[in-house]
Amino acid sequence: MLNNKKTLALAVFLLAVFVIVPYLIGTTGRKDFYYTLTSVALLSIASAGVWLTFFIGRINIGQGAYALMGGYVSAVLVMSYGWSFWWTLPVAGILCALASILIGFPILRLRGVYFAMVTLVLTEVTRLLALALPITSGAKGITSIPLPGALSIFGITIIPDFATMENPRIAFYYLAAVLMVLCFAGMYRLVNSRIGHICMSLQQNEELASSIGVNIAALRVIAYAISSFLGGISGAVFVAATQSVYPSSFTVTDSVNFMLNCFLGGLGYVFGPMMGTLVLYFGWNLLFETGKFQLLIYSTLMIVLMLVLPNGLMSLRSLWKKG
Amino acid sequence: MAHILEVKGMTKRFGGLTAVNNVSFVVNEKEILSVIGPNGAGKSTLFKLISSFLKPTTGEVTFRGERISNLAPHIAARKGVVRTFQETTIFRNMTVRDNIIIAHHLRSKASLLGYFLGTKIANEDQAAFGKSADEILEFLGLLDIASETAKNLPHGHLRALGIAIGLATDPKILLLDEPFAGMNHDETMKAVTMVRKLRDRGLTVLLVEHDMPAVMKISDRIVVLNFGEKIAEGTPAEIQNDAKVIEAYLGVEDEAIEL
Repeated sequence: MLNNKKTLALAVFLLAVFVIVPYLIGTTGRKDFYYTLTSVALLSIASAGVWLTFFIGRINIGQGAYALMGGYVSAVLVMSYGWSFWWTLPVAGILCALASILIGFPILRLRGVYFAMVTLVLTEVTRLLALALPITSGAKGITSIPLPGALSIFGITIIPDFATMENPRIAFYYLAAVLMVLCFAGMYRLVNSRIGHICMSLQQNEELASSIGVNIAALRVIAYAISSFLGGISGAVFVAATQSVYPSSFTVTDSVNFMLNCFLGGLGYVFGPMMGTLVLYFGWNLLFETGKFQLLIYSTLMIVLMLVLPNGLMSLRSLWKKG
Repeated sequence: MAHILEVKGMTKRFGGLTAVNNVSFVVNEKEILSVIGPNGAGKSTLFKLISSFLKPTTGEVTFRGERISNLAPHIAARKGVVRTFQETTIFRNMTVRDNIIIAHHLRSKASLLGYFLGTKIANEDQAAFGKSADEILEFLGLLDIASETAKNLPHGHLRALGIAIGLATDPKILLLDEPFAGMNHDETMKAVTMVRKLRDRGLTVLLVEHDMPAVMKISDRIVVLNFGEKIAEGTPAEIQNDAKVIEAYLGVEDEAIEL
């Protein structure tokens, strides 16, 4: 399945993420980069989810809702029920997936801008819920969440207690990086297997897909559930890394950004959302120097990029090949 | 002859408009049955009702004695009732071959999870679909354009691709929606031959069509609709001499009917 070139690319990527980046940070002493890169990895997981909904032909501007939901699920389980973070992580993902199945069944019938609008509202609804529900402690949010404890299976410690570490940020970086690699490996496999082709048939013509026997309603919900699962996981780790969650932890702006990450990276490429998140996150921070012009320059650049590269940054590679 | 599909007292109303009114007929095994009628006669509505893309107001469609109306289209397709589309409805951004491979969905033995994990059954499926797709390509004479992106194809090939997609699902009865629309004489005659070949493979074909000479040439039996009602049913020869049919097609189409 993987040819030599792809194996090499994968090896280089893994080496960069797990060895070169930590080494460079170690030698330059820029420890704050761990936090930045952890964010990029986590946000790219949520963006990958959005990308998957694009892949079945739906514009999803509601990933913030699931990231927030996942964050709260993890925080509440840790704080109020004394769960270990490691158990809350899959539970957050699964609860988000279940919620998205309930929400998805009615709204996935909508197409185009109508679906997009509903998902946009979803983020706001989740924020308001977080403000109103007793269990989320309203606008105060949940703070001082303990760092993830040790994870042991059969008495063997697989992951040590984060609190005992000298710099838990490094641990979070590795955690986020591992999750990101797993997420994109799964996505790559999904897209390149027959399921990917079936998703594409959905994207291109739902009527025809159903006439060849594809259960389009079920497939849409499955894709949306996977998307929301990724959103929930990403939110849960984010909350653990910042040790706090507020109703404003993920807002409509974040939902829009998740979508922009996909656009910028390229909707036709599995690794587009990763690329998009990286460039967008760093681009935004680099423009910080420009002060009040930050948003203006940023928006202009985005518009220009979309005009010049409608298929995203990843399409540069194929342009290069054509040469 | 045993019938494979039966339309019983089919009525469809859209608000105050009755598009199809109490239409009944049967489709026999391995025959080519055409539904014809002037513009607005309710042909397309009837077609969608049979393929479960619309739900009837009253009446029902049974396939081998089993009720299929009110089912989701993909369930009807699973039972063997598969339609093609009037518009050039294809998976535009896939190659011709991929279009056909994906259409083998109904034949897959592996589950979605199986495809994700790459199980043995899933890999066997993939190999079998590729082989079957090549056979269909050859059968329809599309081998030369197998790796073209579908959206770049000329009209006639698109129609053939639509039929190829239908064939890939391994239907028992294939419903063709205006298969000859927009074709010139030569293309039509080629398509007629192809549809006949489908029937010779053991397929039952029901088609809705405008092109009168082609219908007369191809059909075993014809059902004529006008204003949503069935006004005649019979062999091409019977239909050509039916007073009601001639009246329905007054003047302009007269010539066409007499061929």
